[in-house]
Amino acid sequence: MKAILPALALIAELTHRCPLHCVYCSNPRELTRKERELSTDVWARVLREAAELGVLQADFTGGEPLARPDIVDIIRAARRAGLYASLITSGVPLDERRLEEIVNAGLDHVQLSFQGAEEESASEFSGTRTHAAKLRVTTWLKRYRVALTLNFVIHRGNLSQLEQMLALAEEIEPQRVEFAHVQYYGWAYVNRARLLPTREQVNHSLEILKKAEDRLRGHIRVEYVVPDYYSRFPKACMGGWGRKVMLISPNGDAMPCHAAAVIPGMKFENVQTQPLREIWENSLAFQKFRGEDWLPEPCVSCDQRARDFGGCRCQAFLLAKDAAVTDPVCSLSPHRSIVNSILRDAGGESNAELNTPVPSTEVRPSTNWIYRSNP
Amino acid sequence: MAAPLSLEKRPRLAPGCRLGQTAQQFRILQMPERALRLNGSSLEIIQRCDGEHTVREIISELQDIYSKADPLKVEQDILDYLLLLQNERALDLE
Repeated sequence: MKAILPALALIAELTHRCPLHCVYCSNPRELTRKERELSTDVWARVLREAAELGVLQADFTGGEPLARPDIVDIIRAARRAGLYASLITSGVPLDERRLEEIVNAGLDHVQLSFQGAEEESASEFSGTRTHAAKLRVTTWLKRYRVALTLNFVIHRGNLSQLEQMLALAEEIEPQRVEFAHVQYYGWAYVNRARLLPTREQVNHSLEILKKAEDRLRGHIRVEYVVPDYYSRFPKACMGGWGRKVMLISPNGDAMPCHAAAVIPGMKFENVQTQPLREIWENSLAFQKFRGEDWLPEPCVSCDQRARDFGGCRCQAFLLAKDAAVTDPVCSLSPHRSIVNSILRDAGGESNAELNTPVPSTEVRPSTNWIYRSNP
Repeated sequence: MAAPLSLEKRPRLAPGCRLGQTAQQFRILQMPERALRLNGSSLEIIQRCDGEHTVREIISELQDIYSKADPLKVEQDILDYLLLLQNERALDLE
């Protein structure tokens, strides 16, 4: 058996509470209530244990991590432990004084999410009016030597604003800008029919982004990926199961990814009762799909396996009802016709390009958004 | 495209980019979402990206340290490495 390498990143979901109600939120549909959230002291211990395990960076996310009144103490604890500290945030609720406290606690990097290039549609997708507040946060951030990444979540409803989003990024001048296609888990899964772009939209957006990447090189780093329903091979989800990333949920469950709780029979150990190293190295959840021993065909005889590790287990379950099969987005998957059928329903493909239709999953086009609730 | 690097510029690590080390004591450059592992000469270069040294001075100091290597090769390696860091958006040029 191969040695288990240490995790490199700890994703700390500090809370599921959030002032936004984004229709594509990646949080699970079953949200953790405030009463069950970990205390400041437990987070500080988890961060120390993570650094001892070899973790280099802590990504504080949620929900909205700023909803934790102790966010300053938690960031300070990460830096004391020797970790690189990133805050993944909507920028709400925040004021200038609190931002200064957070920066002084040692924050290295802010990833600020945007729902679009302008207020109206951003409000529709997030179920709140926060666009102007986010713009204010970018002006405050200019006072500090903290890295800024703008994260634009893109989908069918806002891809037409891509040029305006790039213009906004050039105006704000962050070090990085990410264009993240919605991925279909959690709340995005139930809203998929309205979020999934067409192939034409995807191809057009990739042309624009490639040009922007070249034009802004050395000035703003532009990052994006092809949305996986439209790619030939699956994404290397989380860099491989139990290989690089460990996620701690608000109540302390240690998980290989955001969505793993959708897989039936998964049992997660909790950081309140077990040391982090023990969970990372030996827990059943992390061992379940680690390495190559579990790989099915066609992955096991495919050279791509060292690059994509068979793709995403949660997606395999959500689409093919079996977490142990090749990710159905893979063009070599025996289940690829499920994805083709979804794309055709979205108007994303012509019939000629597709195999015979198969029964689609339960998501049907709906006229109304299902907004993320609060725990 | 990133403009060719002027020898009179004073590179400085960009916000959110800093030296660190792993639990196994390897030196790394930490930056948003990634880390670069550093060997002897890349560490020597990055330690001089302090907003004080010009590119010319960094080259000259490393040519002294690596005096047995071809000075032109040292210069080219440094320019290539600074360009890589610039494309990673790990440098501010002042």
